[in-house]
Amino acid sequence: MELLSGGEMLMRALHDEGVDMIYGYPGGAVLHIYDALFKQDKVEHILVRHEQAATHAADGYARATGKPGVVLVTSGPGATNAITGIATAFMDSIPMVVISGQVHSSLIGSDGFQETDMVGISRPIVKHSFMVQNPEDIPMIVKKAFYIATTGRPGPVVIDIPKDATDPAKKYKYHYPESVKLRSYSVPGKGHTGQIKKAVEILLAAKRPIIYTGGGVVQGNGSDLLRELARLLNYPVTNTLMGLGAYPATDRQFLGMLGMHGTYEANMAMHFSDVVLGIGARFDDRVTNNISKFCPGAKILHVDIDPAAISKTVSADVPIVGSVTSVLEEMLELIKQSDSRVDTQSLDLWWQQIEGWRAKDCLKVTPADNDVIKPQQVIQCLYEITNGDAYVSSDVGQHQMFAAQYYKFDEPRRWINSGGLGTMGFGFPAAMGVQLAFPDAVSVCVTGEGSFQMNLQELATCMQYRLPVKIVCLNNEALGMVKQWQDMQYGGRYSHSTYSESLPDFVKLAEAYGHVGVRITKLSDLKEKMTEAFALKDRLVFIDVLVDPMEHVYPMAIAGGAMKDMYLSKTERT
Amino acid sequence: MRHIISILLENQPGALSRVVGLFSQRNYNIESLTVAPTDDHTLSRLTITTIGDDRKIEQITKHLNKLIDVVKLVDLTEGAHIERELMLIKVKATGVQRDEIKRTADIFRGQIVDVTNAIYCIQLVGTSEKLDGFLAAISGTTVLEVARTGVSGISRGEKVLSA
Repeated sequence: MELLSGGEMLMRALHDEGVDMIYGYPGGAVLHIYDALFKQDKVEHILVRHEQAATHAADGYARATGKPGVVLVTSGPGATNAITGIATAFMDSIPMVVISGQVHSSLIGSDGFQETDMVGISRPIVKHSFMVQNPEDIPMIVKKAFYIATTGRPGPVVIDIPKDATDPAKKYKYHYPESVKLRSYSVPGKGHTGQIKKAVEILLAAKRPIIYTGGGVVQGNGSDLLRELARLLNYPVTNTLMGLGAYPATDRQFLGMLGMHGTYEANMAMHFSDVVLGIGARFDDRVTNNISKFCPGAKILHVDIDPAAISKTVSADVPIVGSVTSVLEEMLELIKQSDSRVDTQSLDLWWQQIEGWRAKDCLKVTPADNDVIKPQQVIQCLYEITNGDAYVSSDVGQHQMFAAQYYKFDEPRRWINSGGLGTMGFGFPAAMGVQLAFPDAVSVCVTGEGSFQMNLQELATCMQYRLPVKIVCLNNEALGMVKQWQDMQYGGRYSHSTYSESLPDFVKLAEAYGHVGVRITKLSDLKEKMTEAFALKDRLVFIDVLVDPMEHVYPMAIAGGAMKDMYLSKTERT
Repeated sequence: MRHIISILLENQPGALSRVVGLFSQRNYNIESLTVAPTDDHTLSRLTITTIGDDRKIEQITKHLNKLIDVVKLVDLTEGAHIERELMLIKVKATGVQRDEIKRTADIFRGQIVDVTNAIYCIQLVGTSEKLDGFLAAISGTTVLEVARTGVSGISRGEKVLSA
């Protein structure tokens, strides 16, 4: 058996686990690990410029590929800088393993230089964490960490390693375990057949059904089965912000996104439905609006791999705990065998009603008459010139909602955004992770001038690794979503949401890092300049688009109301 | 309603903090908590009393079950069970009070485990309700110190909580 140091064992274990790429930043407590990294060529390391970006890049990589993202940071500030990214991954159930250095074990608890209690600080935002006590345990801990991070409801796992555990002078026998079993952790597999039968009966008897699916269908690779189910039944489908792409947005049965900025037809159909089939979605407050007024006439069928997600906010009439794929397969089987048939007469009436709502065309864009660019037009243009085939990551705010509403995602894992935590600064590093995973794909970051400035240092990383990310900045010279709320609820008092006098010249900024910058200010230039920018296939291009600063995102849920209660424009509400 | 949740927990550093952290993080309430290793030294048994409606208790047990270090748990209050708490109480015992306290302790089947000419230290075991009852019964005396262990419990009959 081979003798390896703790640091070497870690690198070997990552390779044996199938990791091809990690994102990180060196520092004192991880220098032994970085030396072990230097001496091998199996695992590629991407040097970011801030540890938060390492976690977001790993997160983007994980969302796009379905494989776990891996991060390596040092102790103290390295670890705390990673926290926002870990919380982001936790809220969106993204598989991630974060390896943090820790001070020498004899110094733990002594307020040593760059010491922080990483296991303690990260505890509420990880699926699990490990502190290495004995270097011999490193391979088993790595195995367990990846197993926990990637199975069941995925999530981030932290491995904290004291510096002495990676000492190159101390060698141990290396063996990577083939499998792992934890007595206290079991992964839900198939759903309860009796419950699935019950759900199918209710589903087939529905008169006004709707299928509402979330990030779980994307994460659980259930898109194909969802499509099969929806088409077999001819039932309408809506996706959450996290679930976009699970069902093709260009399909007739798709009603668009639901929730706070969901479409009129999706929210109306939810409210007036008699059966809601929720799959891999968690009925969160951005979807339901006021829980007590949520879908008053509907039976709730809820499929989720996490039992704690079921009946957390909305009580399920039929709860089904299981993996999306196994439950959908069983449902399809049962429907095909069933003697009952879909009530096509009621369904036709239901579709008529939905088409009536759809005719309202709630996402219609009214062009400005003075060549001013509406932010929605930028996303429409982006959709057109990328043929709907790009990986689109976003930051958080108005631009995020416009991207979700106007870029029609036909495939899962193409829309990459921080839905749960709502992390500004997520989009750009996430787009880097996507580009690294798929070097030939078009990786776009839709951002705003506010969000972008939260992680712009990664322009350097993109130069180092020649990542041709396209950054589309909807520049409204303000924190648009904050400003929108201040317009609507605070009498237009823009408390600290504007800063137009101090914005950088983004073109020069991009150029300072060796990239290309483009500024677009007129609608008549939009398509041509965007097309030119996207034609620069091997360059990062920062496309700074000056948009109408007064634009709001609509529809918008009316706080405290039901899902049917929405503002449709500045002057119209339901 | 008050619930007693008994948990078998991996006897690992940090495991307890995950359980306690879950309660504060999700705004659940801990009335009392006891924890000690079991006959199997890889496992600790932890007993939490908490208050909440059925929905909240369901969420608590689901989230506890999600913790990797939680091996098994049971809500003892769902069935017949035995609950015990131990209390050590130090009271001023002088003059006429001295006999009265002794009599009351006897009625509650308490034991006087330490004596000086001015104090009694009484040990009392029972349900939390009984301990509360004793404190009420001696409310006329000067209580100097109270140390309660919190509730520990076990289900009645054949039912066993094991890994």
